[in-house]
Amino acid sequence: MMSRTSSEPEPFEAGDGAVTDAAFSALLEDSAEDLYERAPCGYVSTLMDGTLAKANATLLDWLGLRREDVVGRMRFSDLLTVGGRIYYETHFEPLLRMKSEISGIALELKGAGGVRMPVLVSAVVKHGSEGEPLLIRATLADARDRRAYEEELLRARRSAEAARREAEADRARLQDALAALQQSLLPATLPAVPGLESASYYHTASPDRLGGDFYDLFPIDGEQWGFFLGDVCGKGPQAAAVTSLTRYTLRAAALHDPDPVAALSTLNTVLHERYTGSDPRYCTAVFGTLRPDPETGQVAVRVASGGHPPALVLRADRSTEYLETPGGLLIGILPNPPLASAATILAPGDTLLLHTDGLTEARTALGGRGSERYGDDALREFVRAAPDTSPASLVDALTGLLESFGEGLDDDTALLALGAPATEKPV
Amino acid sequence: MDTRRRNNVVVTGRADGPTVVLAHGFGCDQNMWRLVVPALADRYRVVLFDYVGSGQADPAAWSEARYSRLEGYAQDVAEICAELELRGAAFVGHSVSAMIGVLAARSVPDRIGSLVMVAPSPRYIDDDGYRGGFTAEDIDELLASLESNYLGWSGAMAPVIMGNPERPELGEELTTSFCATDPDMARVFARTTFLSDTRDELKDVTVPTLVLECRQDAIAPREVGAYVHAAVPGSRLVTLDATGHCPQLSAPEVTGSEIRAFLDGLHPADPAAPAAPLPGDSR
Repeated sequence: MMSRTSSEPEPFEAGDGAVTDAAFSALLEDSAEDLYERAPCGYVSTLMDGTLAKANATLLDWLGLRREDVVGRMRFSDLLTVGGRIYYETHFEPLLRMKSEISGIALELKGAGGVRMPVLVSAVVKHGSEGEPLLIRATLADARDRRAYEEELLRARRSAEAARREAEADRARLQDALAALQQSLLPATLPAVPGLESASYYHTASPDRLGGDFYDLFPIDGEQWGFFLGDVCGKGPQAAAVTSLTRYTLRAAALHDPDPVAALSTLNTVLHERYTGSDPRYCTAVFGTLRPDPETGQVAVRVASGGHPPALVLRADRSTEYLETPGGLLIGILPNPPLASAATILAPGDTLLLHTDGLTEARTALGGRGSERYGDDALREFVRAAPDTSPASLVDALTGLLESFGEGLDDDTALLALGAPATEKPV
Repeated sequence: MDTRRRNNVVVTGRADGPTVVLAHGFGCDQNMWRLVVPALADRYRVVLFDYVGSGQADPAAWSEARYSRLEGYAQDVAEICAELELRGAAFVGHSVSAMIGVLAARSVPDRIGSLVMVAPSPRYIDDDGYRGGFTAEDIDELLASLESNYLGWSGAMAPVIMGNPERPELGEELTTSFCATDPDMARVFARTTFLSDTRDELKDVTVPTLVLECRQDAIAPREVGAYVHAAVPGSRLVTLDATGHCPQLSAPEVTGSEIRAFLDGLHPADPAAPAAPLPGDSR
């Protein structure tokens, strides 16, 4: 501004005194009246009932209104859109009455020809000498840029909300699908087998992740029943696919040849053939057959195991023994792995317990020595101390044990207990 | 659910006096009544509350389904009346609350014995032969502006409330909560309010009713006051020398004394009781 005045020297060439003088004279020439009228914001003064008493030129220009049509004729709320008017009546005025001043209220002005103008309004009440409210002074700052920015934010927020809702719906659908798939990997209920009691439990470590443990109990012919329990390496959809293949392969293989070693060999062939090369998949499993004898109440058991923790037998007299199958290797790794078998007779009151290693690998804090695995010995002690030796009672007690591990149980765990019904109550 | 806590119920005034319930409308909360309470408190038991979704009411109790209908708000009133075991109480409703009071008086007739309707409107949108003051487009614009003003509505109220050295009696809690509404709940309340049409309810009002309108009200114009007065059997209409939609703030003395005179007419002073100050002297 000053450099345009040719009679004056360029400010940077002049001494400091010249700049200061020029600035002062410019300020002195800037009248308060002009400052009010041409301020870079709108000014209004209203009576306490909202009647407009004064408005500056900036505001009138924004709205395309003439002073004589506004002052004394309109109320402040007449300058607002309907939304703004209701907001004014229900929020702005009550607040101003209470606080005597407010600031930063977002309103929209409505001018001649329907022109819209978003503004931020600040207002104070001017009081008289007795403290009585006299009038309201308000400044209105142009908020067009800010409103555009807010609308951008709002759009972004809306699309984020929509994306979140979609993601939640997707997640719900996925969980439904996972739950349906998980259920297809396990029997809904165990079948009733004459001369046999059975119970099972499945602990899912995470609802989001398909488990890799599996078990089943199914008829082979009129006299024999097949059962298995195992653990596929890994988790998630790939593990679930192996589990599914394993379950249906074992059921089909048992119908063809119920010999436990033959069934596991068939499974080994299938897995080994299916998952070769860079994506080896394998599992550990116990497969067995049961032959209840209605005459004696006993159940003849034959099992084979591939790399799985041995089945534990709890006798009616509370002695325990492992049904050892030494040398059995993981199923699906080698073309012809050694598979070991074992046999026993369950007398009335005896129960055979199969479990996956989630149980014995659970972390447990013992006597302040930090975290330890639960272990085979502890399991054996626990089983021996169970309230009674029936499968249902044993699985009940073990379910409570699993719950007591809390966070320490971080893997899926499957339990399957099969027993010869006690003929009389154990003493 | 504890109704008192849910609706931030405050009971003040004379504990053994007749009960008057003061209900706020769309926008703010029970503090709207703070300048009127002194006109009533010496003789009446005054019940204040916030509707769920407003003020200090429990936001967890809010559901869109319930509070998308005026009946949902009337249910708040009925539940508060039941909680306090009110019988024949006077219900003073401002703005949309006047119509909520009509609905509540019908649903719990034993509990509400009289109505004061302050700046009421049974329908905001013009209709054939009826002037509500707004066109359907106006209300659409309002609701759209609530949408587009989302940040304004959520963010504007909290920061504007600053310390006020001239009104030290206003506690910090009050100044930070007054008018600070959850924008989602406010939007539902606005939609429910401004799209409502409860004109048919007015003819069924059976209790003594006082209609208070303002001389100049941008939300409930004079025609609406006259309409309500004509439709409510036996009602009395008083036009307050007040402007704006909130006479309890802009003209608290006259608003308080009119309410007081109406209540005193319903509850003539017991000669045995100590003399109560005259309405005009009560502040």
